[in-house]
Amino acid sequence: MNAALLLRDLRLATRAGGSAALALAFFAAVATLVPLGVGSDLKILARVAAGVLWVAAVLSVLLSLDRLFQADFDDGSLELLVLSPLSLETIAAVKIAANWLTTGLPLTLLSPLLGAMFGLPPAADATLALSLIIGTPSVSALGAIGAGLTLSIRRGGLILPLLVLPLLVPAVIFGAGAVQSGLDGLSSGALLFLGAFSLTATLLSPFAAAAAVRLNLAG
Amino acid sequence: MAGMFALANPKRFMDASARFLPWLALAAGAALAAGLLLGFLAPPDYQQGTTVKIMFLHVPAAWTAMMAYGLLALASFFSLIWRHPLADVAAKTAAPLGALFTALGLITGSLWGRPMWGTYWVWDARLTSFLILLFLYLGYIALWSAIEDETRAARAAAILALVGAVNLPIIEFSVNWHTLHQGESILRADGPQIASVFLWPLGLTALGYTLLFLALWTVRIRTEILERRTRTLMLAEPQ
Repeated sequence: MNAALLLRDLRLATRAGGSAALALAFFAAVATLVPLGVGSDLKILARVAAGVLWVAAVLSVLLSLDRLFQADFDDGSLELLVLSPLSLETIAAVKIAANWLTTGLPLTLLSPLLGAMFGLPPAADATLALSLIIGTPSVSALGAIGAGLTLSIRRGGLILPLLVLPLLVPAVIFGAGAVQSGLDGLSSGALLFLGAFSLTATLLSPFAAAAAVRLNLAG
Repeated sequence: MAGMFALANPKRFMDASARFLPWLALAAGAALAAGLLLGFLAPPDYQQGTTVKIMFLHVPAAWTAMMAYGLLALASFFSLIWRHPLADVAAKTAAPLGALFTALGLITGSLWGRPMWGTYWVWDARLTSFLILLFLYLGYIALWSAIEDETRAARAAAILALVGAVNLPIIEFSVNWHTLHQGESILRADGPQIASVFLWPLGLTALGYTLLFLALWTVRIRTEILERRTRTLMLAEPQ
């Protein structure tokens, strides 16, 4: 039953106009915009690459989260899902997984290319991809809480990022920090902290997201 | 605990607060006045000169802002778990005050930073965490105003407040870690060891700020209760 829900969400996200392609395109677009603003000096770009690409990744994933529950809520299928034997926490967890598979994971796969375009050396590029694959699940997870909370808001728009961005500060700090430490030649526990943060967020968020969805469905 | 639930009845809260509010306000004024007076009379710091005295305005603002978030999280907890009737009113009204004290802390800190570090802003651990706290407050306030149904807004905001409260230590930790690894020089934000001649004004202004927050909070809760009563009366009006 979980697998069926997962496959359904994956299919919805990857078809034309779905969130997967959009998130990837947005990520690439933002990454392209930065050198236009900051200048094309590869030395400077290499120093800012980790932070810029991490911020771009977070924003791209947040873009897709708006519709996480909203789409099903609008056509009534969310209420049908709630009636199924699956608990709301499981539904939330499956949706978070689907979101990550269609946004976070593709972003991570594209990131080494963008990192190289920013002048990152191969080792740092690899660390960037590693930090993204470890950290992006937390973006989907914490974003799902925001998606649940903003479910009933009609002019939703930018409120979801406003709610979720402060919560994602540790992911950006440790994710970009891991790459920066690598560039400076120091070893740091950043990836470990990132892993701990991501794991905790992914495990606990379905409960908060389910509580938020439940609250909005009850009304 | 029993005493708190005794005040859960809005009418009893209104009666009780009508009695204690004047004293609370008076105490706040007295503490602030005493603290500021002692602050003016204190000698200039050997390192920072007279500008160290901004500390008396800045540090209590920061403490109060953080305390306010703790109270907001606590009220949200009571609202969600124990369905305390006034808890969501308490949480809703605490947020703008907390945001205000955070802004005050940021501004006074910035003004203090100029003579001390030569710059109005610096991305050190404390300032950055504090700025993030402001965003947590703003997000909370935005959620309250975005959801139209009051009860639903209260519960959603309570969830947000608790998620934020759990995340806050993690955010602080990550920002501290970030600063250490930036290779910045260690900025001694509160200067040398605090001598007792500074400790007294600081303690008094801290007390004054806290009492001021509690007084303003009580006023806002009273206002919110009256507003809700008015709304109920308006709904009951024959059309």
